[in-house]
Amino acid sequence: MILSAKWRTVLTAAAVAVFMVFSQVCLAEASGDNYKIGGIFSVTGPASFLGDPEKKSMNLAIEEINEAGGVDGRKLEAVIYDTEGDPSKTVTSVGKLINKDRVTAIIGPSRTPTTLAAIPRVQRAELPFISCAAGNKIVEPIKPWVFKTAQSDIQAVASIYKHIKQKGIKKVGIITVANAFGESGKEQLQEQASDFGIAVVRSESFGADDTDMTAQLTKIRQEDPGAIICWGTNPGPAVVAKNIKQLDIKTPLYMSHGVASPKFIELAGKAAEDILLPTGKILVADLLGEDDPQKQVLSNYIEAYESRYNETVSGFGGYAYDAVYLLASAMKGTGGDKEKIRENLENISNHPGISGVFNFSKTDHNGLDPSAFVMVRIKNGDWKLVE
Amino acid sequence: MQEILQYLFSGITNGAIYAVIAVGFSMLYSSTELINFAHGEFVMLGALSMVTLAAGFGWPLVPAFVLTVAAVGMAGLLFERLAIRPVRQPDHIVLIIITVGASIFLRGLGMLIWGKDAYSMQPFSDHPPIDVAGAKLLAQSIWILVIVMALTAGLHLFYRRTLTGKAMSACAVSKKAAWIVGIPTKWMVLLAFALATAMGAVAGAIIAPVTMSSYDMGTVLGLKGFCAAMLGGLGSLWGAILGGFLLGILEALGVGFVSSGLKDATAFVLLLLVLYVRPQGIIGSAEVKRF
Amino acid sequence: MGDRSQKIIYAVFVLAVILLGWGIDNAYYLQMLIFIGINTLLALSLNMLMGYAGQISLGHAAFYGIGAYVTAILTATYQVPPLLSLPAAVCMAMFVAWIVGIPTLRLSGYYLGMGTLGFGMIVHIVFREWSSVTGGASGFVGIPPLTAGPLTFDSERHYFFLVWTVVLLAIIMCRRIIDSRVGRALRAIHDGEKAAAAVGVDTKKLKLQVFVLSAGMAALAGFLYAHLIYFISPGTFGFVTSIRIVTMVVIGGMASIWGSLFGASLLTLLPEWLHAFSEFEMVVYGLILMTVMIFLPRGLTRGLLDIYERYRKNNDR
Repeated sequence: MILSAKWRTVLTAAAVAVFMVFSQVCLAEASGDNYKIGGIFSVTGPASFLGDPEKKSMNLAIEEINEAGGVDGRKLEAVIYDTEGDPSKTVTSVGKLINKDRVTAIIGPSRTPTTLAAIPRVQRAELPFISCAAGNKIVEPIKPWVFKTAQSDIQAVASIYKHIKQKGIKKVGIITVANAFGESGKEQLQEQASDFGIAVVRSESFGADDTDMTAQLTKIRQEDPGAIICWGTNPGPAVVAKNIKQLDIKTPLYMSHGVASPKFIELAGKAAEDILLPTGKILVADLLGEDDPQKQVLSNYIEAYESRYNETVSGFGGYAYDAVYLLASAMKGTGGDKEKIRENLENISNHPGISGVFNFSKTDHNGLDPSAFVMVRIKNGDWKLVE
Repeated sequence: MQEILQYLFSGITNGAIYAVIAVGFSMLYSSTELINFAHGEFVMLGALSMVTLAAGFGWPLVPAFVLTVAAVGMAGLLFERLAIRPVRQPDHIVLIIITVGASIFLRGLGMLIWGKDAYSMQPFSDHPPIDVAGAKLLAQSIWILVIVMALTAGLHLFYRRTLTGKAMSACAVSKKAAWIVGIPTKWMVLLAFALATAMGAVAGAIIAPVTMSSYDMGTVLGLKGFCAAMLGGLGSLWGAILGGFLLGILEALGVGFVSSGLKDATAFVLLLLVLYVRPQGIIGSAEVKRF
Repeated sequence: MGDRSQKIIYAVFVLAVILLGWGIDNAYYLQMLIFIGINTLLALSLNMLMGYAGQISLGHAAFYGIGAYVTAILTATYQVPPLLSLPAAVCMAMFVAWIVGIPTLRLSGYYLGMGTLGFGMIVHIVFREWSSVTGGASGFVGIPPLTAGPLTFDSERHYFFLVWTVVLLAIIMCRRIIDSRVGRALRAIHDGEKAAAAVGVDTKKLKLQVFVLSAGMAALAGFLYAHLIYFISPGTFGFVTSIRIVTMVVIGGMASIWGSLFGASLLTLLPEWLHAFSEFEMVVYGLILMTVMIFLPRGLTRGLLDIYERYRKNNDR
């Protein structure tokens, strides 16, 4: 291969330039005195109803902590990226948080698949990681660095089945959305049914963007179940609720905690009446007794959120809010040592949060029990507690 | 029996919507040989404008409907003028990417205007579902069917009876020949765009009461409509209508007798089979593939 | 382009890869470059089909997914060493392409587009619904890192070198094919299938061969993706990805190997840059796509090359 002198100069120059640009970029990242906390949420994309309030709640929690003096006198600083609900984007964002921003811990992502995609990297980087997703696969089996604040499907399904059992219903039909959330719910519904002496007589699914579910519901109706359980996130379940009313199906309808937001009532309108669902206590905060351990935290959060962002609080932002507070309390006195933060997280007990009272341990990285959920019924466009 | 009837009703309602979307695809294709991948986004614009005007501002249905369709038609006009006409080298693939870009742009715009939440609205009339042998037919389904049939009849007359319609058909057969006999082809293309996107808006406006509308609803609807247009025969009015209904009914029957998880798969397997056996679609034929 | 300048370009390429690989310490930048590499493979595979043979495919993500899922299932569920799952993944995709290609490639234009689109959707639904094997919508966890004898590719730097070596080999292979008799026949099909058949090109066989080759390359990209992320879910291999691959090819420049590299880099980096626009990201992204296509319909590379060529002609004179 013969290179002319001109080419050689060009090549060398190019190589040197490339090298310099990148070494410059690498040097430029000197860390300040703040603790950097990474946040990865699906702020846009199909799961934006989770990611958007989560991002806002994370910022809110960090502002509150900083106003109260930060952690050991050092301020927290949020670095938040959007995953758009896409696993590859999540992995790049995690890489960016670990290697470029050099964060102390990561909060998020909002969805189960993105969390599962992020886990191998945070495990390798040995970074405290608190997920805001529901899927049980995240903390089962236990991974040392992975925690989560959202209630699991296990507890939601248990609350629903407990209620169904009390009513003496033996046969249920289920209709789940064809994505990770619905699938995880379907698994739990089928797995736990026998524990409660309930039979799932028909299991159907719908696409997240489907416009009409009457065909699926007709099929379920054929089996004559005592209750129908719908597992999905807005807007699909609202269509299911409408279709059930239109088909004049009288069986009681249960929904998942995935629709636990005022938005659902707005979308389903009159069809939302009498629907039963398990939810974190945030939706019914004003109905809770003064002795409830979460009462104080909940009313503070709701007030702060609504005055800061000028919009109704959603049932989902609390996952990130809890995560920040849990993290902050675990960070106290560690000086940013990640192993110590991890150990402290594992030892947190009786921490009242938005989604429940957290009791982490070596064998439980979710830290919530079924008492995190209450059953509510929709009555006159509002939530009513069910005993 | 009652179940089959119910599946049919569900299929016909969805099918009518697919049909209107498919007509939009077909119409544009026949006068410009272009597949507009942003068509689904015009449906989204139609649905969201309808919800905003009717439910948000409390307008009566008719003006809300007319304004929605007119506004989205205008948007289609702008789209042709700003993004399609200036293209220096109108290859198919270049135009496809431009419309894909437009779909992303419109989705982004929808998100900016309406946010990420879904919206719903009341049916056009507050009539309880009609009982036919135990199966329920929604009042809104009847509205949808009536509107679709009126549109089809209107379009059929437009293409057969009016001079403009005939001129458009002429453009579809040969642009050059049409230009030679004095038809302003550029205007015809512009008109085709406006009409096709208006059809998208109609589809959006009539489904807004049956489903939930959000900024990202267009992609799937667009795909299904495209699928329906192909099924019936691209470029044929009646083909698009037939393809739409066929797709809707088969999807519902697929849910009923196969599996709801494989609902979309049934539609696409059918599409592949039709493509393999009769690539020109069920109605379209190699010669008569125009309106 | 002459033989000599081609060698120079390869040399520059190798040098750039080595320099970047050793020079960059930040794993994040390496990761971006790895993604660019994987996307380049995808774009290249589709460019062979679309740019050279003139056959559009709107379902290419299916082959990408087949590569990823086959290796995931083999290595994680059945503990097959990755070295063996690689040929299995590629062969599986090629086999599927062969079966599907026979009826599908008889179509042309939008019909071919719709056929491939339908095929892509069906494969995507299979990934999602066959949950006992593929992990369903929640995705497939626990894919092991890539090992080949004593080598383990579990650091970003190793993976970077691996991916870009594969990219280089793929580029050389494509170049060879294009410059051969087959390549000329392909371009003949692109320009006019009937004319090509008239002068004795077996168009059916050739189109099928390119389709199968293209599927194999996409599967290779899927294989690399799966062992990079250790996790795959159906969403990654849907319609949106298929469209993104087409966009990479067209923006980079059809029938241009370096265009694939350029298009893949641009479309991988662009969303990163556009994060600054936050809410406006989608709007800006859509606008950029439209503007490039309106003013540089032959793609960015061709557009820039044309300018360069004009400049050189002026200089030589």
